[in-house]
Amino acid sequence: MSGVSWWLSDTVEMIRRNLIHIKRTPELLLDVTLSPIMFVLLFSLVFGGAIDVPRVDYTSFLMAGIFVQTIAFAGIYTSVLLANDLQKGMIDRFRSLPMSQSSVLTGRTFTDLLRALLAVAIMWAVGMAVGFRPTGGLLPSIAAIGLMLLFGFALSWIGVAAGSVVRAPEALQGVIFAVVFPLTFVSSAFVPTASMPDWLAWFADRQPMTLVIDAVRSLTLTGEPGPAAIPAILWSLGFLVVSLPLGVWLYNRRTTQ
Amino acid sequence: MTRAMIEAVGLHKSFGDTHALAGLDLDVAEGTILGVLGPNGAGKTTAVRVLTTLIRPDAGHATVAGIDVVRQPAEVRTRIGVAGQYAALDELLTGLENLLMVGRLYRLDSRVARQRAMALIERFELGDAANRPVKTYSGGMRRRLDLGAALIAEPPVIFLDEPTTGLDPKGRLSMWELIADLARSGTTLLMTTQYLEEADRLADDIAVIDHGRVIARGTASDLKRQVGGERLEITVDNPAFLGAARLVLEALGSGPSHVIEDERRVTVAVTAHDGVLTRAIRELDSAGVHVDDIGFRRPTLDEVFLSLTGRPAEETVGIES
Repeated sequence: MSGVSWWLSDTVEMIRRNLIHIKRTPELLLDVTLSPIMFVLLFSLVFGGAIDVPRVDYTSFLMAGIFVQTIAFAGIYTSVLLANDLQKGMIDRFRSLPMSQSSVLTGRTFTDLLRALLAVAIMWAVGMAVGFRPTGGLLPSIAAIGLMLLFGFALSWIGVAAGSVVRAPEALQGVIFAVVFPLTFVSSAFVPTASMPDWLAWFADRQPMTLVIDAVRSLTLTGEPGPAAIPAILWSLGFLVVSLPLGVWLYNRRTTQ
Repeated sequence: MTRAMIEAVGLHKSFGDTHALAGLDLDVAEGTILGVLGPNGAGKTTAVRVLTTLIRPDAGHATVAGIDVVRQPAEVRTRIGVAGQYAALDELLTGLENLLMVGRLYRLDSRVARQRAMALIERFELGDAANRPVKTYSGGMRRRLDLGAALIAEPPVIFLDEPTTGLDPKGRLSMWELIADLARSGTTLLMTTQYLEEADRLADDIAVIDHGRVIARGTASDLKRQVGGERLEITVDNPAFLGAARLVLEALGSGPSHVIEDERRVTVAVTAHDGVLTRAIRELDSAGVHVDDIGFRRPTLDEVFLSLTGRPAEETVGIES
């Protein structure tokens, strides 16, 4: 077998391992099942009546925000899962085996891509039940999901970098909450940015979360990519190009100490 | 002489100010077991981590099966199996799933991996637990499974890092049997241990290491000759007798006696068994010494160190990483 097919079969082996973990401890999926459902229901039913958005029903407006917020959390959460793994002896075993060493990381990020896909499917169904109408059509919706997954995959690699540096996985939870949470709120996720103070709106309009959310919203609701799509793709690719090699490098540095 | 399957020359490795390895030399001939004996913090684990490609040495050179561990780590990994003090197993996977995963990562055919995994589970008496997650295993079961994972690809060289540390006597005995089996099968084995008895029982050759260097090397009997074989140990019923007891024992033994005042104990190395005990009792009695307890025992690691270095093995738990 060639190097690439070895890498592929080792990655499949790692994904298999991660899926067994999920099967044995289903609570590992709460962040991509229960919490997005709660967000969809809370925002659409509690705030839905109070927040007015131009042209569309609030639930339809909201969904792109919830999708991307959940994907972002799920992506960054890779850091916690990797950091947990690094604390245990298993990584030493992997490193003493003649396997493709990067498959530990690709197995991790691909599993998290599957988690993200599961989250989108659940939110999509729950959203439809409370009034989400993806009037943009099938193909643009698929494109929207593809964009979200690309963004999530890129964030997963940022997670790999963070998880390789941090010694205590518990510390990461706090950092994620302090960084990712505000970023999802200072964006177009839950309200139009025009309702924010000017200086905040300036930032919100330009940060990548808003761009991805706007592109997803435009694709799912109108079927058009809209002006945010290209910048959203560029941001995602940019994150990926930087964080993938950085993540691999930091992981190698951590594990060869 | 058969070729060296493991060879290390002048290995150095520091972690900050700690010199874990300070010019370590080792060689293990094909089909033999080398016991690497030393206290906590002597550099045993670091040596294993360098030889198994987990960390790079700062200086020096090492080969396993003739292959350089720094330049061709991937090649080395196809020829080694590693089992350690901290069983490297997946807690959530079952025993069987662990073995199958490791087997496939060694690039064994799935069918072969399954056959070998089943055979190992049988041989290591894990049959009842094969389909239970490892987190439900006892310490001894974990070690056996960990050893199984190291063996599944039947590699020619096996590294065991303190394979019985922390196990109860029963678990230790069962690991010893498995390791002795391995030795008979012709596998080359490097085993670290803190227990002289373990090295004595299993290893063909012993390297005593301290501060990251080999301080003595030889067979178990070579070392025993150096440290004076068995100990005659007595406990007197009153500290006042210690002086007299000491004189009696030194006349019988092969070296200076060792007194532990708090425990009212005197120890001396002896070369022969015959008649020593009877003579000791008779002479202690005629010297008026009241004895609580008397008997032979094997030298401890501490005593080996005391003889080799003139100081006891330091307890520096936690430095090894």
